[in-house]
Amino acid sequence: MSTPVKAPKPGPQAAKAQPARPKAPKPGPPQITPAAAPVLTGAQAVVRALEELEVEAVFGIPGGAILPAYDPLLDSVKVRHVLVRHEQGAGHAASGYALATGKVGVCMATSGPGATNLVTPLADAHMDSVPMVAITGQVASTSIGTDAFQEADIQGITMPITKHSYLVRDAADIPRVLAEAFHVAATGRPGPVLVDIPKDILNTKAPFVWPPRMDLPGYRPTTQPHGKQIREAAALIAEAKRPVLYVGGGVIKADAHAELLELAELTGAPVVTTLMARGAFPDSHSQHLGMPGMHGTVPAVHALQKADLLVALGARFDDRVTGKLDSFAPDAKIVHVDIDPAEIGKNREADVPIVGDCKAAIAAMVEAYADPGRERLKTWWETLDDLRERYPLGYEPHGPDELLAPQHVIDRLGRLADPDTIWTTGVGQHQMWASQFISYERPGTFLNSGGLGTMGFAVPAAMGAKLGQMDRMVWAIDGDGCFQMTNQELATCAIEGIPIKVAVINNGNLGMVRQWQTLFYGKRYSNTDLSTHHSDASPRVPDFVKLAEALGCVGLRCETAEEVDEIIKQANDINDRPVVVDFTVGPDAMVWPMVPAGVSNDEILYARDVRPNFDDEGEI
Amino acid sequence: MSKHTLSVLVENKPGVLARVAALFSRRGFNIDSLAVGETEHPGVSRITIVVDVEAGSLEQVTKQLNKLIHVLKIVELEAEASVQRELLLVKVRAEAATRGQVVAAASLFKARSVDVTPDTVTFEVTGNSDKIESFLEVLEPFGIKELVQSGTVALGRGAKSMASLSRYVSPS
Repeated sequence: MSTPVKAPKPGPQAAKAQPARPKAPKPGPPQITPAAAPVLTGAQAVVRALEELEVEAVFGIPGGAILPAYDPLLDSVKVRHVLVRHEQGAGHAASGYALATGKVGVCMATSGPGATNLVTPLADAHMDSVPMVAITGQVASTSIGTDAFQEADIQGITMPITKHSYLVRDAADIPRVLAEAFHVAATGRPGPVLVDIPKDILNTKAPFVWPPRMDLPGYRPTTQPHGKQIREAAALIAEAKRPVLYVGGGVIKADAHAELLELAELTGAPVVTTLMARGAFPDSHSQHLGMPGMHGTVPAVHALQKADLLVALGARFDDRVTGKLDSFAPDAKIVHVDIDPAEIGKNREADVPIVGDCKAAIAAMVEAYADPGRERLKTWWETLDDLRERYPLGYEPHGPDELLAPQHVIDRLGRLADPDTIWTTGVGQHQMWASQFISYERPGTFLNSGGLGTMGFAVPAAMGAKLGQMDRMVWAIDGDGCFQMTNQELATCAIEGIPIKVAVINNGNLGMVRQWQTLFYGKRYSNTDLSTHHSDASPRVPDFVKLAEALGCVGLRCETAEEVDEIIKQANDINDRPVVVDFTVGPDAMVWPMVPAGVSNDEILYARDVRPNFDDEGEI
Repeated sequence: MSKHTLSVLVENKPGVLARVAALFSRRGFNIDSLAVGETEHPGVSRITIVVDVEAGSLEQVTKQLNKLIHVLKIVELEAEASVQRELLLVKVRAEAATRGQVVAAASLFKARSVDVTPDTVTFEVTGNSDKIESFLEVLEPFGIKELVQSGTVALGRGAKSMASLSRYVSPS
């Protein structure tokens, strides 16, 4: 007798279950039957399929191998192509578009270097479960494997960083492959899919049949949670004295924020939202303790550590959240809801594993929950409220350097922007401050690179987000290090009429690295000074205001706390062009609280050398 | 760590073996042996993987494999509930003086001689890895000139099959 290994895939009937969000554009009518199918070149088929899939925007750059596809693209009135300046920008823009709209983001590049420039955004989208389709040209089928000009085995290179990938070998397959790619990217746990098409296939004619029949016998994501597990989870929540809802990015991907609010208010449990989940639960809500993890709030970190029950919703126990894993939440039972079975039990064993779509699972938990009243949570909330009062997020208005405080700038940006503004960030100190000091009330308003930690994400992601949500304000909060990696896309924004706003939190340094050098390397500042501040020794290199102007944007500079509000208002009022504000801030500000890397979350520091005083220590 | 035999049904598509092998190396799982071939249905291949992992990791291996779009089904074949075989070809030194002993040893293991020279005999033998190992131990003193082993292939015992393949293959 053979023994089925744990967590087998469900039967094919599960594929018919309700689709996970974000939804793939369905290959729907009008139908093109095989008999009536027009004969199109592979290139025409690509563009036609994108139209049928209701793709509005493609970010890309043409080149030799993908050239045939660009010819019919010129005539498409439905698909807008945005000519970026670097393929990495195309990839992150596709991500930003996807995160802001819930649709699949699309980018396109040529073979070889064009394709390899997509590697970073593909890895980024893979880590953060962003639905994306990347279409790359490939050298002609007959040249594959010969080290031909601009040949790279992009399918092989991206195998570990894509959800799935295709190398098209027959022009007749193009409609099916693209339909499958969009379906795989958008359903289950979303992710990037690569479609590599050799140049000769783009030039070969074949009948265009739509909708094509998808052939994915091995792809059956489980969306409906198991009823027994749900009841068990609901019973655990009702019993728990110190429960926490540990909310991850999956809640936003599943469009489950309304269900989450209901579950939270029904159970009275405290909520923490990870970096990927900021906005999934309103920051203004009294049950929200903020972000957990390395730079999380004291109450959020402490709540996870002392909980007797963690209800992990679309979260994956990432090391930035757990700290040293074997000392993470030592007394907690774990309910773990995730659409990806491989996440459950990967880092932390689950007592109640629930495979399914967060929206369906949370709704089912609400249904199954029998309210025992709030009395049992009284002590828990007293502890947490006390910590909230004693250890709020804060900063010194002026650092030791007497220069403008970066946190103040971000705080004011948040307060002066439209309430439905979309924020993107790069990676580093400015990212953490943007998570801490801006209040997020809606999902899909804070877009950043969490898993991969990709510097340079902010500007291209803002471009994609703005294109997808033209009527909303989009602010990219960037660092001076990040900004220098991808600011070329401002030229794209200026020329394509995508008026994003960029706040460069310019501390003249690779700030987060510098913070670690301050704390852990004896203030030996090895290679972190970027010289973007003006000093007697050197001018600003580059001068971000001049750079912005050269890229067709409005460039502004702000150096004192007094000017901050006025300059932000000025930037907010510019809607016909992209605008860049160089906020010249002090280099010495640090991100607090902080759990140093590799130690227990119990070692959280509220500020330098300040350990919170947990009154209840050892008692719970 | 312990050895587990996984039988994996996959779509017979280009690159599927690369995907499976890359997954093991990327996640740091050790493959002891791997054998792949077509099944009774040309659209479906069967990969038999012997992996040396702890029980927790086995679950993670299986879940990660299941995420590959081309993977159709995975079962663990336990030793007592399955037939597991490897193929060994081994070239042994066998001069006139020792030839009789070598051949006698081989016959105990039901090995067939498939090539003979004045100084050597090449044997073919099938069995589970324990048998193959014992056979090699017995031949060792005579002098093994070279050998090659296949990966393990395995089938569950009993009348049932692992899956009806027709459900995975779209009518065309």
